[in-house]
Amino acid sequence: MSAPDASYKPLPKARLALDGNLLRLLIACVTIFVAMSLLKPDVFPTPENFLSMGSQFPEIGILAIAIMITMLTGGIDLSVVSVANLSGVLAALVIRALIPPNATDGQVILGLIIAVAVAFLAGAVAGLINGALIAYVNLTPILATLGTMTLYTGLTVAMTRGNAVFAENRLTFIGTANLLGIIPIPLVIFAVVVVIFAVVLNRTSFGLKLYMLGSNMNAARFSGINVRRVLLMTYMLSGLLAAVVAIIFLGRNNSAKWDFAPSYVLQAIVVAVLAGVNPSGGSGRIAGIVLAILALQFVSTGMNMLLFTISGGQFFKEFAWGALLLIIMVANSYSEGRRLSPRHKPKTD
Amino acid sequence: MTGRASLPAPQHLMADAFLTLNHISKSFAGVQALDDVSLVVKPGEAHCLVGENGSGKSTLIKIIAGVVTPDSGDIVINGRSFQRLYPMDAIREGIQVIYQDFSLFPNLTVAENIALNYQLSRNVRVVRWGQVHQIAQTALDKIGVRLPLDVEVESISVADKQLVAICRALVQNARLIIMDEATTALTEKEIRALFRVIRNVQQEGVAVLFVSHKLNEVLEIADKVMIIRNGRVVVDTDVASLDRSKLTYYMTGRQIEEADYDYRPTNEQPLLEVRHLSSRGNFEDISFALRPGEILGITGLLGSGRTELALSLFGVLPVDSGEILIDGQPAHVRDIQSAIHHGIGYVPEDRLTEGLFLDQSISRNIVIRTIDTLTRPGGLLSISQVNRQVRYWVEQLSIKTHDPELPAKSLSGGNQQRVVLAKWLASKPRILILNGPTVGVDVGSKMELHEIIKNLAREGIGILVISDDIPELLHLCNRILLMRRGRVAGVFDRPEITEAELTARLTEATSMARPAG
Ligand SMILES: Nc1ncnc2c1ncn2[C@@H]1O[C@H](COP(=O)(O)OP(=O)(O)OP(=O)(O)O)[C@@H](O)[C@H]1O
Ligand SMILES: [Mg+2]
Repeated sequence: MSAPDASYKPLPKARLALDGNLLRLLIACVTIFVAMSLLKPDVFPTPENFLSMGSQFPEIGILAIAIMITMLTGGIDLSVVSVANLSGVLAALVIRALIPPNATDGQVILGLIIAVAVAFLAGAVAGLINGALIAYVNLTPILATLGTMTLYTGLTVAMTRGNAVFAENRLTFIGTANLLGIIPIPLVIFAVVVVIFAVVLNRTSFGLKLYMLGSNMNAARFSGINVRRVLLMTYMLSGLLAAVVAIIFLGRNNSAKWDFAPSYVLQAIVVAVLAGVNPSGGSGRIAGIVLAILALQFVSTGMNMLLFTISGGQFFKEFAWGALLLIIMVANSYSEGRRLSPRHKPKTD
Repeated sequence: MTGRASLPAPQHLMADAFLTLNHISKSFAGVQALDDVSLVVKPGEAHCLVGENGSGKSTLIKIIAGVVTPDSGDIVINGRSFQRLYPMDAIREGIQVIYQDFSLFPNLTVAENIALNYQLSRNVRVVRWGQVHQIAQTALDKIGVRLPLDVEVESISVADKQLVAICRALVQNARLIIMDEATTALTEKEIRALFRVIRNVQQEGVAVLFVSHKLNEVLEIADKVMIIRNGRVVVDTDVASLDRSKLTYYMTGRQIEEADYDYRPTNEQPLLEVRHLSSRGNFEDISFALRPGEILGITGLLGSGRTELALSLFGVLPVDSGEILIDGQPAHVRDIQSAIHHGIGYVPEDRLTEGLFLDQSISRNIVIRTIDTLTRPGGLLSISQVNRQVRYWVEQLSIKTHDPELPAKSLSGGNQQRVVLAKWLASKPRILILNGPTVGVDVGSKMELHEIIKNLAREGIGILVISDDIPELLHLCNRILLMRRGRVAGVFDRPEITEAELTARLTEATSMARPAG
């Protein structure tokens, strides 16, 4: 059972004692890191490997934050990847249209700004549609976003006839350049998103309402929280995060396509669940997302290194993720079970 | 009273104790909830447990039910000593508990909730649906209430949930029925019927352990009373040696003398005026005015429409006709947002589903209503303002906790109620509707809460108090509106009506409202 964020009163000892899930994640992270470093001392704990790992997880990490905030309200957003592909295709089309091959620097910068703005706008609108279906039409989040996932994907296919749209090498610096020569740009973007969302969730009234709404929707309504507006905002933020991911995709691949990275939805859900986000709402922390994504990255890279020589070794990533998820869940449920045993049963009256 | 299930009458055990607790102690994370408590319950005896909020009553009951394990002490049931009592043992020994939060199954119907346990406990593998209705109806008839059997429990009122929980316990062949504040939402009529049933089952040797903050109920039903304060037994004695003021004194350690509200009438424009308000099937043609500084009481039996009226004023339940005026201007209260916009606050009746965020911290529960105002210029939350507000209300309402960052579910029932009150008081509404503001709050604290409510009124807030607690209404209100079957059945100015008269008018309403009983 993860305790809610300490949104105002920092109580280090109580928090640590309460939040067993974070502690277990931290232990898992460190253990895996140390184990891999011991098993592969020449390749695992090296700057090159850190660089490579750091450029691998940001997209899933950002998508996991999108999943997390919707889960905090007791919902989910299955449409994140299709929104990212829609936004990416639109941005790529804008780049093609506005930046001719012989463009001046000014034209390039303006064109890129407009492309990014269009991607964000598309993400926000797609998110608002999700939010409206959930908050106003009262669809279940899982069904609403499953529906819009298909809808947005269809829209993207229709716009591109199913072809990839190339971005004319205009955004590839995002995928290749490193900040200060060492930190991959996607990692920088991930860090910025993490900080922004930690602040939004823990230090704004919107964040508090999000948690409260997820923990008792009816009481939230009776407490005067504008439940619909909060839901709308949440799904819009989720769409914006998908747009951020779209820009990273575009930077890495130099192109956007309707069917890019469909498996990321499930992987992002795995990260959120591993992070201790309660799927029925009300609890979950950004720190958990960071630890969960790190643990998973260490596992998959380490597994790759260990099994590189074995044929089919690369498929062990999924296996390792599944194993880690199960181990942490079993550990959580065991400790929760102990807490729920008569001796420790929390009171409910 | 129709066809009661035959219960075994263990006459031969009458003299021996059914339940003995020896030197029970229990602490939670440094809080000593129970300290060396011993208790003997004999067959056929009605034992009442009273004490302030957080004194350890519910904890003791959970220990008897096997839900909580004591740190030390032992439990003897029916002559059998239990090192470690599990809930299944307790049930098998015939202990039926109605918890403060009446653990019903919200998705099952009324009939299923009442009857299924009964069938399960008889090892009926295939549920006999035909019997479900019959069993449920028999139990409901026993306490003389009418409830729709096929409605999901989720959607019924608190009072009805309590009735269902009581019926469920009654259909079991219980030897000891424990009621932990199971009657808080019930009105005169249901209590009377319930007490009749309790006396009947007592005749057959069933013991009753009863927890309530309504002292007149305690004095009426009890054979013996045990008073605990801060987890220790203060007195355990025959009811004959106690009266209301002695009880209060033992519970709180002081004498409690409450003054009536000193309302001075004004001719100011009413804050709230309701004209011929109707909502089909709920209430009809309600008119009244509430001036600044007034505390208007609304009382009535179950089904009188008083809660529905409050919900309509708060924008939850739509009205069909009539007018609501605020500051003399017609106001369209179409939803909760607009009610709040008009300065209306509402402390709901059902604190578990409408009032509290059980998993969230006490402080979050307190500040959620006002969080938008607790910000720094940049829009971020101001931690110091949040903490100040939490500290202020924890102190003002004496919320018993050693750390407001603990989840609200770690509080005792009465303290949870204070958290809900704090949430709304902090928002400084101009019109405050309190539906059962002191449900589950002990006598001493009740007076303190009343004092706070009176002070708010003195500052010019208009307050509506919905309650069954006649003494509470008489202390608090300057005017009392009696509702019956959705209509106003009488309006009384406080100095002109006595407790006895008001009770009489209420009961008169009973016989007219539900002739069949
Ligand atoms: N799981 C728990 N964790 C922490 N404290 C607890 C827990 N359960 C009970 N307590 C504390 O134990 C004390 C006794 O609580 P209990 O619920 O027995 O009180 P009570 O007499 O039933 O009060 P009320 O009249 O308000 O229902 C309280 O201080 C309460 O906060
Ligand atoms: Mg209690």
